[in-house]
This record gives sequence, structure tokens and C-alpha cells, in this order.
Amino acid sequence: MDLRESLEPRGRLQVDGNVALLDATGLHYRELNALMRRLSAEGVENVELHNVNGQRYIGTGLKRPMNIIVRGTPGNDLGMFINGQRIFVYGNAQDGCGNTMNDGLIVVHGSVGDVAGYAMRGGRIFVRDDAGFRLGIHMKEYGGKKPIIVVGGGAGDFLGEYMAGGLILVLGLKEEKNECVHSPKFVGVGMHGGVIYMRGCTIHAGKNVLVEGVEDEDLKLIRSLVEDYFNHFNLDLRVNDFISDEFVKVTPSTSRPYMGLYR
Amino acid sequence: MRNRAASTYIVLRKEDKCTKCRACVEQCTYGVHSYNPAKNVIESKSWLCSNCLRCVEFCPTGALTITRNPNSYRMGHHWNHEAIMDVKRQAETGSALLEGMGCDGPNLTYWDRLLLNACQVTNPPIDPIREPIETRVILGRRPPRVELKPENRRLMLKNELAPYICAETPILLAAMSYGAVNLRVQEAMARAAIECGTYFNCGEGGLHPELRRYGSHIIVQVASGRFGVDIEYLNSGVAVEIKIGQGAKPGIGGHLPGEKVTEDIAMVRMIPKGTDALSPAPHHDVYSIEDLRQLIYALKEATEYKKPVAVKIAAVHNAAAIASGIARAGADIIVLDGVRGSTGAAPKAIRDNMGIPIELALAAVDRRLREEGIRSEVSIIASGGIRSGADVVKAIALGADAVYIGTAALIALGCTLCKMCYTGRCAWGIATTDAELSKRLNLEEGCRRVANLIKAWTMEIKEMMGAMGIDTIEALRGNRELLRGVGLTEGELRVLGIKVAGE
Repeated sequence: MDLRESLEPRGRLQVDGNVALLDATGLHYRELNALMRRLSAEGVENVELHNVNGQRYIGTGLKRPMNIIVRGTPGNDLGMFINGQRIFVYGNAQDGCGNTMNDGLIVVHGSVGDVAGYAMRGGRIFVRDDAGFRLGIHMKEYGGKKPIIVVGGGAGDFLGEYMAGGLILVLGLKEEKNECVHSPKFVGVGMHGGVIYMRGCTIHAGKNVLVEGVEDEDLKLIRSLVEDYFNHFNLDLRVNDFISDEFVKVTPSTSRPYMGLYR
Repeated sequence: MRNRAASTYIVLRKEDKCTKCRACVEQCTYGVHSYNPAKNVIESKSWLCSNCLRCVEFCPTGALTITRNPNSYRMGHHWNHEAIMDVKRQAETGSALLEGMGCDGPNLTYWDRLLLNACQVTNPPIDPIREPIETRVILGRRPPRVELKPENRRLMLKNELAPYICAETPILLAAMSYGAVNLRVQEAMARAAIECGTYFNCGEGGLHPELRRYGSHIIVQVASGRFGVDIEYLNSGVAVEIKIGQGAKPGIGGHLPGEKVTEDIAMVRMIPKGTDALSPAPHHDVYSIEDLRQLIYALKEATEYKKPVAVKIAAVHNAAAIASGIARAGADIIVLDGVRGSTGAAPKAIRDNMGIPIELALAAVDRRLREEGIRSEVSIIASGGIRSGADVVKAIALGADAVYIGTAALIALGCTLCKMCYTGRCAWGIATTDAELSKRLNLEEGCRRVANLIKAWTMEIKEMMGAMGIDTIEALRGNRELLRGVGLTEGELRVLGIKVAGE
């Protein structure tokens, strides 16, 4: 099967230098991803995918940097294991977005499903709207590698469960008003590293976490991430509208959450 | 209240032989022995002793003996010593009991009740010393049928073969993570695997950069904690194994105590130093067979369909149905880990009471896959309690393609099964990540001993196959005619799919 040779003459694939345009209609994920790996090997660094409809693992297994624009609805595990690639989704992402990603960027102009950023090791995920359950569970961190997730809307229960590092920022915006739209339960349960910042919601925190107000140092960090968020989504809002004492900070109260339970 | 009167072990020291050299004080990692300069004697706190025998091994004058304490609680069958000691331990701490290694309960070893056939008169045995006997096994997905096509007046294979791995012996080295054991143990295992043409599974704790050079004989594991998992890791071994469950602790996750999480392990696992490394009980992206398929294919995408993907489960009641699902989900290899499977740390209640013996699970899985006509599409690796070459032969006859050995390989390295792995203070330098204690293990010698064990068992396997008149593992696999049971109920014989001896 040579997909490229069959798609190019029909205008479904257009390659111009290091830019490619691809109509993903009817392509199985295996075909789509193999084609993207091939394009990457041929030096293509920018791919725009149209009519994406449920194809899984977009971006997985690419060996070189690539900017991927996804138009439509990508399937589960978007950007799983990606290592420096950048993915921009114009639509909603499904479950497992950025699953175990090592480095890179995922920007979702919409919402993401469950377990986004599971075991994330580096890079950044920006979600314009909401995130499902178990956002950023088991995120990792070591040395200079620190994964970051910013969610504009609300997040589901168990966010940051087992978190070992990294940062999750949930802004709690609804449309363009500054309303609280979420109240996740069991936030950070079992976390033993990293930090979660949340805005304007009732915190139902897990065991073994500290819930505190934010310091100047935290606000500096939040401000720069909020600016990034606004820039990614071209939102016409002023950062200062959000930077107030509304944020709370969730951190582990112990690095040994299970000490003493077993002997 | 004190519970010392009936401590399980006591240390006996022949004072006339003891030279006060303090070797025992230095060697003991559990604080049993201490030197009292005022009296010029070495005192021993027997209640801390785990019977690891390190001090006895290193006592230059043979002054030490560790023995079971003759003081014992009034012995009953139901309220035996262990049951009473456990209650006392928990009454003191309020904690769930944690232990290392595998379940050692009675009545769970079926290997001993299975006997093999041998050739007599009507079928000639094969002498393995002079005639070839093939112990090589291919692990991976096989096409349902072989299709051939003519090409240049020769018949060529028409099927596209799925990726597979080839082991020279049906004995693979079981998953042991960096963290549960130290780097020397892993390196010894990896080098032994290379020497014997087999594979070592690096476990769920990632693969240290120093061990990547052994990648040609390493199977990398992906568990729910996803420690050290990135695209480079997935491609650094020859196969990827998804760990869903483990025989020692079915249904729960992993828990590497903070004491063992050194700077180096923090680096490989990407977690803060000194914190508890937790593997969640489920993979939170796998709640169904469909989800499992999704993870299997994520790993296949990440490895460009070049490496077989294995799925490991603990042997549980409905293992056969689950295994069928795993095969249909696209796994190339199914790993079954029985109730005797070992661990660096597990709650004792779970280790000893959850899951079923590998013999029964293996037979049930093999039969189910045969009935469904998909047995040949997937390989099965059995693990959890394999103690000898004979156990390996019996496992293959019950339907396994190969076995994983963990405990046996650790015993080869010097482990004495004292079950203190969870403390991180292994006196033999194995289940510890402490830099000083790790030096107690000699890498060269360890590697040689593990390789010796595999070679010795492989020789035994060949001899037993020869005596049965079989010259390939293929002909042994699932060949239940070669097995007979003794002392088994009809139900057990039915599940095992074998006849009673004499029939």
C-alpha cells in the first residue's frame, strides 16, 4: 500500500517544501500516522490535517519536530508520547490527550476528555475550555523538566491524583465571565510532588494535601501562564482581571503519603 | 507490652568461638548485633532477626547459629505461630502487614502433583548429549495459517509476519524494577540473558541509561505509574510489556517506599527523591478490553509495529476469559503470573490470599484459547513459582510457550528468601538501592551464577524432553498426554486437562 501515491494525485495530500496539507477523510489512524512519520522523515515540519474524525495517536512516534494543525475531532490519545512536537487542535480532543507526553506543546481550542496529561513528563498543554476527570494524574518532574497544564474552564474529579511533579492551573472561566464553573472532588489525592493552582471554586481536596492562598511568587508564575493562555486563544481579556486573591494553591502535605499504613 | 519472648528466630553465639571481630555487627543490616565495649561482648537482639544468614556466612569462626526459637506460643493448627505473631505485630503498629517475595502458603503447589511420561520399548527416547534437541522458542503473534506463494520456482511465505522475539531457551528473566532491586542486579540479569540467548524484563521503573546497551536482550515494561516511559525507552528494548497485574499483588498497584528512592532512581522514574513511588491500582486509561487495545496500539504506533507487545496479568478466577480478550485486543504475548509470584513489597493479606496457582490458570487459559481457535495467534509466558527445570517442562506441557523466573534467579544471586525486601536494607545487596549495600553483590559472579542456573535448567529440560522422545519445545507445548496427576480431585484434573496417573 502506498498511501502517498494514492492521495497526492487526488489532491488530498499537498506537499510544498516543508509544509503539507492532508485531508484525513476516511483514513485509518494507522495509515494517517504512518504517512505523517513518512512526511516527517522527508523533512516536512508543518502538517495541517483536515476532516480529522476520531483518528487516534496523532503525533505519536514522530522523530523530528513538527507543527501539526488538527481541524476536526481527533481521537483518543492525541499526542501520546510526543517528544517536542507541537499540536494545535481546532475542535475538542478526546480522552488521553497528551498521554505520557515527554516534551512539546498541545493547544486545544475546545475541551479535552478524561485523563489528559496522564503521566506527563514535560511540555505544555493548554485547553481553552474544560477538562474531564483525572486531569494530569501522575504527572512527573525531574531537574529542568517540568510539565504544565493550563485549563481555561473547569476540571473533573481526581485532578492531579498521584501527582509527582509539574504544574496544573485551572482558571475556572465560563465563557467570558469570571464565574466559577466547577467544583472537582478529591483534588490531588495521593499527590507527593508538584503544584495545582485553582481559581474560584470550592476545593474538595484529597487527603494529604495542603490548600493555601497564593504568594507573590505564585502569582508571578500564574500571571505568565495566564498571558500564554490568552495569547494562544487570542482572548480579549486583561490579565489583571484574573489576578487576584481568588487562586488557591494545592500542594502535597507529605512526600510519604503512605508511610505508616504498611509495616 | 513486649512480644519478644517468642520471636521467630534466635541467635545462638558460641562465646568460646567468638573472637569479637564484629563481622556480624558490620554485616547485619537489621541491627541485630551490637558490640558492648563495657562488657567486651557482642549482644544480639534476636527479635529483629529475619534469618537472612548473612552473619552466619561471614562469621570467620563459625560461632553463630540462627535457629527457630524453641520458645513458641502454644502451638495450634489454626492459631499457629505465624498467625499469632501477625496479630501481635498489627496490635503494636496498627498497620497492614507488608512483606517481600511470594506467597508461601501450603497446598498451592501443583507442580509436585504432576508427573511426566517417559519412553519405554514402543517409542525410542532421544539422548540429548548426542542428538540435537531444540529449546529455541519464538514469542509473538503467529498467523492463523501458513500461506505460501510461488516465487522464482520456490515457495515463499505469503503471510506478513508480526514482530517476534526468539529465545534460545524457554526461560526468561522476570520483571524486576530499578528501585525494587539495584542496578547491579539488573545488569547481572541483563548480561546473563545475553549469555544464554534469552531476555530480561527491566520492570516498571524505567531503564537506566547505563543499561541501554543491553537493549537487544531487554523487554521494557509499562505499568500504571508509567515510570521512565518515553519514546526512546519504548524503543530501547526488543519488546514492550504492559503490566496490568502481578501475581504477588493482583488488583493493587505498586508502592516503592521512599527509603528506596535515591537520587538516581528519582532521575530514572522522574519523581522527587525520597517520596513513595506509587503505581496506581488501575491504568487510568484502561478500564476495558477496548481500552487495553487502545494502549496496545499506542505502544505499537510508538514502536512503529516493529516490536511485540505483551500484556501481563495476575492469574485470577476468570483469567481464561480475560486472556481471550487480551489476545483479541491485539497483544502478541500474554504473561500469566500465579499466586506464588514474588515482589519487592506487597501487603501480606493480598499476597497470600488473592489470585490462583499458575498451574490451574495456565491450563485454563491454554484450553480456552484452543477452544476459541486463537491459541496459535498468541504466545503465553507463565510465571510465579517456577523452581526447577522440571517445573518449566510441566508448565510448557500445560500450555506455556516459555516461563519467566524471578525468585529462582534471585536465589542464584544470593537471596535467602528472608522476605525483608520492602525495608530496602537487603543484607545480600540485592533488594536494596543503598549505594554501600549494593556493593555486596559481585556483578561478575552474580552474572555467572544466573547464567549457570539457566544453562543447568536448559540441560535438564533437554534431558527430560529426550526421555519423553520429544525434540522440540513446539512438540511439548500443551502436550497434556505427557502429564498425569497424583493426589488431585476430579475437578482439579478437569481444569488441568490431564488424566490421573495409571490411566
